Amino acid sequence: MLQYIIKRLLQGIPLLVIVSLICFLLMMKVGDPIATMGGRTITRPEDRERLTRQLGLDKPIVVQYLYWLVGNDWTKIDSDGDGTPDKNGTRHGILRGDFGTSLVTRKPVTEMIGERVINTLTLMGASEVVTIFFALVLGIYSALRQYSALDNILTTLLFVGYSMPIFFISLASMYIFAVLFKQWGLPYLPTVGMFDPQVGKTASQVIWHMVLPVMSLSVIYFAGYSRYIRSTMLEVMSQDYIRTAKSKGLPRRQVVYIHALKNASLPIVTLVGLDLPFLVGGAVVTERIFAWPGMGRLFFDHLSRSDISVVMGIVMLVAVSVVVFQILTDIVYAWLDPRIRYD
Amino acid sequence: MAVSSSPFSQSADDLVAPPLTLTQLGWLRLRRHKMALFGGILLILLTLFSFGGALFVTEKYANFNDTSQRLMPPSAEHPFGTDSIGRDILARSIYGGQISLFIGFVAVLIETILGILVGALAGYYGGWIDSVLMRITEALLSIPTILLLLVMAKFFGGKVPDIHIGERAFSGSVIVIVVIIGATSWMYLARIVRAEFLSLKEREFILGARATGTSNFEIIFLHILPNTFAPIIVSSTLSVANAILSEAYISFLGLGVQEPTATWGNMLEKSLKYMDSSPWLWFFPGMLILMTTLGINFLGDGLRDALDPRSRVL
Repeated sequence: MLQYIIKRLLQGIPLLVIVSLICFLLMMKVGDPIATMGGRTITRPEDRERLTRQLGLDKPIVVQYLYWLVGNDWTKIDSDGDGTPDKNGTRHGILRGDFGTSLVTRKPVTEMIGERVINTLTLMGASEVVTIFFALVLGIYSALRQYSALDNILTTLLFVGYSMPIFFISLASMYIFAVLFKQWGLPYLPTVGMFDPQVGKTASQVIWHMVLPVMSLSVIYFAGYSRYIRSTMLEVMSQDYIRTAKSKGLPRRQVVYIHALKNASLPIVTLVGLDLPFLVGGAVVTERIFAWPGMGRLFFDHLSRSDISVVMGIVMLVAVSVVVFQILTDIVYAWLDPRIRYD
Repeated sequence: MAVSSSPFSQSADDLVAPPLTLTQLGWLRLRRHKMALFGGILLILLTLFSFGGALFVTEKYANFNDTSQRLMPPSAEHPFGTDSIGRDILARSIYGGQISLFIGFVAVLIETILGILVGALAGYYGGWIDSVLMRITEALLSIPTILLLLVMAKFFGGKVPDIHIGERAFSGSVIVIVVIIGATSWMYLARIVRAEFLSLKEREFILGARATGTSNFEIIFLHILPNTFAPIIVSSTLSVANAILSEAYISFLGLGVQEPTATWGNMLEKSLKYMDSSPWLWFFPGMLILMTTLGINFLGDGLRDALDPRSRVL
């Protein structure tokens, strides 16, 4: 097992290199980072030239990538921007845990991501839990009563949820539960932000502000999960051992929840395990609509300003999570199903 | 069939229908799939709306802004209302639909070509070609699509000039969006095609083709590829919905198709700002997008059932 994990980790290395190269090359040409730096406009050409040299943006792309990867503390850089390298750099490179410094805020990227990743995981984690819970309930129900009236209605509704653009459900739920409810004098839900600044960031405030975005995200994800659970449950319920369990007179509850669900949970674990790492990246559109201060918004805001360190940091964080979660999924899979051996 | 005998004296052989091809069988099954038919009709209606509607309103009218008429609610004169600079939303929905549907289909065409090429080469040749192509596929799959799309939209943004076809001018960003959606969505298809190629290339008819000296090119494209059409058709159909959604998401975030060219996606851009006062800004384009993706998903699901070779249902 340990050997397998090490092998998989090693296989992840070329993958991460390719991811970083693709993004780095694209980010080099997305715009002029100096033009939008810190909200100031640099007008004098000599200032612009000096700044370009100070930030190392005049270096060839290979060198910039190398600095990003392994840092520049082993070589002389041009820290005062006069055209001659004078002292050692301060960057350690992403391989040594230094994600670099944001061009916009001048803060370390790890710190910026650290602030946002909690917010994103709160929102996305809650949506995932709500999604899985309702998907299990409905998926099992429709599988047990296949082609019943309710199953047919649910299947159709799930298609609508599955086809729903996230902004449509978000804007519609905002309009109904915030705007219309307010007009009708009913208690209404907050639409933007994480908490009311007048009350402060309390747990109840955050939960209250999470209702609408979690609901919107769940409707979108729920459909796919529920359809999947329904079909795995249908497949398991037609197996011989289920017939045996039924015929030896076990209570229906035990057959469904112990015998069937346990086996049906294997593919569900895979699905969830492969989806989880993408939660780290947040939901760009949803976070923008609900003004949620998460990773998706951080990514979008800093992409607009060509802030390469932040954008690369977020992409790499997601990519590393993908590699790690794939291995974790495999381990959980082997633990749940003793027939599986990774040798 | 026997000529003289009564219907009761037919032999068993006469009762066996001639074997149907997968296409005929698929069509027979699809016709009985109520949801798929509903999806197909919905799509035909939406196409009629976008292209037929253009016979009644001009594009000039769709782009005509009258600031005294801004943010007007739906009325007899403007059935869908007007937007933040006073353009008629119904007219923009018609012309926006043309672009949105165009983006959906052409992006999927690019996606399908790329997916088939990568999948076929990796599956057929194996070895280092397979390793390299699959590592790239996996790498692209481990970046969230929306992030990749946004970076690419920013990368290519504003670099393609406007295009003039006849009297109409299209923003160059349409081409950019089509290409980047195609370039970021082929990975799943490539995996499907690769898996099909891996199993099909070991079959006897390929051995036969090799033995008669058929070239690799012909084996790949004339002998193996036609056998993988069923999963490709299903996957590509469902991808059209994703492509239309992707366009809407990037345009909603302001990096998509640029004005004055309308799409269902970029009509939504200002809707967040006027969310509480003018719900018609997002309702109509959002509803059209929802109906399109719903129609495509119904049709794709029907196709999946109809083209399933394991299915015994007629």
